[in-house]
Amino acid sequence: MTDNSNDADFVPGITAGGGGAGAATDIEHHNPIEGVFDDVAWEVGVAKPDPILKATKVSRKFGGLTAVDVDYLEVQRGSITALIGPNGAGKTTFFNLLTGFDEPTTGSVSLNGETIDKVPSHKLASKGMVRTFQLTKALSKLTVVENMKLGAKDQPGESMFKALFSPLWKGREDAVEQQAREVLDRFNMTHMAEEFAGTLSGGQRKLVEMARAIMTDPELVMLDEPMAGVNPALTQSLLGLVKQLRSEGRTVIFVEHDMDVVRDISDWVVVMAEGKIIAEGPPESIGENQAVVDAYLGSHHDEDLEFDEDGNTTTETGEATFSVNAKTDSEVSE
Amino acid sequence: MNWESILTQTFSQGFGTQAVVFALAAIGLNIHFGYTGLLNFGQVGYMAAGAYGLGMTVYWLDQSFWLGIVMGIIYCLVLTLVLGIPTLRLRADYLGIATIAASESIRLFVRSRGQRTRTGASEGINDFADPFFDLNIFNKPGSQSYRFFYWEYRAGDLWVMLIGWTVVALCLLITWQLMRSPWGRVLKAIREDEDAARALGKNAYAYKLQALALGGVIGGLAGMFQVIRTQSVQPDTFNPTITFMIWAVLIIGGVARIWSPVVGAMIFWAAISGLEAFLRELIRSDWELFGDTIGVHAERFLNLTVQNVSQVKFMVFGMTLMLLMRFRPQGIFGSREEMALDDR
Ligand SMILES: Nc1ncnc2c1ncn2[C@@H]1O[C@H](COP(=O)(O)OP(=O)(O)OP(=O)(O)O)[C@@H](O)[C@H]1O
Ligand SMILES: [Mg+2]
Repeated sequence: MTDNSNDADFVPGITAGGGGAGAATDIEHHNPIEGVFDDVAWEVGVAKPDPILKATKVSRKFGGLTAVDVDYLEVQRGSITALIGPNGAGKTTFFNLLTGFDEPTTGSVSLNGETIDKVPSHKLASKGMVRTFQLTKALSKLTVVENMKLGAKDQPGESMFKALFSPLWKGREDAVEQQAREVLDRFNMTHMAEEFAGTLSGGQRKLVEMARAIMTDPELVMLDEPMAGVNPALTQSLLGLVKQLRSEGRTVIFVEHDMDVVRDISDWVVVMAEGKIIAEGPPESIGENQAVVDAYLGSHHDEDLEFDEDGNTTTETGEATFSVNAKTDSEVSE
Repeated sequence: MNWESILTQTFSQGFGTQAVVFALAAIGLNIHFGYTGLLNFGQVGYMAAGAYGLGMTVYWLDQSFWLGIVMGIIYCLVLTLVLGIPTLRLRADYLGIATIAASESIRLFVRSRGQRTRTGASEGINDFADPFFDLNIFNKPGSQSYRFFYWEYRAGDLWVMLIGWTVVALCLLITWQLMRSPWGRVLKAIREDEDAARALGKNAYAYKLQALALGGVIGGLAGMFQVIRTQSVQPDTFNPTITFMIWAVLIIGGVARIWSPVVGAMIFWAAISGLEAFLRELIRSDWELFGDTIGVHAERFLNLTVQNVSQVKFMVFGMTLMLLMRFRPQGIFGSREEMALDDR
């Protein structure tokens, strides 16, 4: 995929000296899943050619409130999928359910075809799934580089008894250290490596959290509002980094409120409102979708729901189908 | 004023057997709270577990002292499971509540009359540590007391100190090695944010259980030294005040610093003993104020006599601790910058 996967032990795409925003822009144009969505209908719950993640009938109730009620969702392997929706739509709760940080009231989630409902959250990292949090969790009293090293897998020194004997883990530690510095370089954070993470600004912490997640060499990266509070220039290089993750063959799901960002990098957009998925489709389809417009303008409960120009209704059961000028109904149907 | 007596008290106690006990207990607490962020308000419960594991093996089971040491460690591991399994998946404060309750339950249980054949109830277990003192290399004919400048110890105490400080050194070495290892890094990550650690694939629950066990066993060793030095296991030695003294020791030194427990314990016992000796001497002294000795004033206005003056030391110490928290909250070894990160 990329020309720099020269060391099997490393996170693919991360090489010494090759980091920085400059390197990111070189390869960000390469989209290995170009065209994959061409034959996918723009409707809620549609099947994808090669799904990495599937959620079936996932719901979560907090007392009387149904925060999440997702009928069916597949996430295409290798894609950048955006999860959008108004505040309180249930995006973070859905993330928590997918990553084992919360237990669904009903439903089931599978990763690479394997059910992960009963898998505790800490085991998901070794299955290739990693997440970040909307409220950034920088580990304040660890330095930035220690934060990075924590993400590394296969460190024998993380067992209590092996930890007592340095020779059992020193070698791996040195490799991890080098890898950590390379990832930091890629995020342009080298100059802050020795600072306590607690001294960083909010935006810098977002970077640390994302970089730390990448240290786990994930297959599926789930980012909850990674760009929130990050300045526009930095957002641009973060976007480059996210595209780079895709070009390395990783799958990215991210929550984002900024539609420009969504349009710029996502291959597929999933829209949530009041716990349900109300629309799915490529970014260009979303702005014209009536259910989405209603959800954002808050007229969702209105009984006199309008039909979109192709005559599809938008119902509250989350089965809103939509299509726009670009395609005809026959192209869209499965 | 007998300054020599005051200084002897201060210096001797600063390095004495009590300092050994509190240094060990605080090393354990430092692993719990300092490195892992576990709120343990019942470290004295672990001391009791270690002490009774040892004492009951000798007294009730009629087994050897040395097997008793092993049993003490096993009691601490069992206590870890009892405390940890139900609470460590919950928020941090649940462990805090469980520890304080468990430590008091243990004390009340072992002192209940029904347990007399096993724990000796309120009379406790006495003279069980002879095999330990039989090995004393400081035993000598005639006077059993050693003196070196201001340091004065009995032979038995010297022996406890030699073994005790050696064990302290070993525990420090283990703690130091573990905390610079990747294992220690995971503990610190869990202290900072458990969810972040879990998202990165660390089994926070298992790590917390391990840390609780390690710190608890070291607390158990503290309890064993506590009862060995007096050759007596008494339930009321293990009252909740001890836990708070251990916290004071840790806070004086500064949390999550390797030397804090040792230096904190030395300062604590030197200060407490020196203060008591000083107050006693002050009341006895012939210094006069407005025509009466200080002792007369103290008795007239504060009802203080040589008999009850030892309580005042805790008041003065409490005041000092408050001033410390106000002006140096990070303790001796801590860093203020690092502490300030909590508030950001
Ligand atoms: N632990 C909880 N207890 C009760 N209600 C909750 C809990 N967590 C979330 N909710 C509710 O669930 C709904 C969805 O919240 P969630 O945080 O998932 O929204 P979101 O889509 O991530 O919003 P935002 O864009 O503001 O981050 C909200 O109405 C919220 O009040
Ligand atoms: Mg959210």
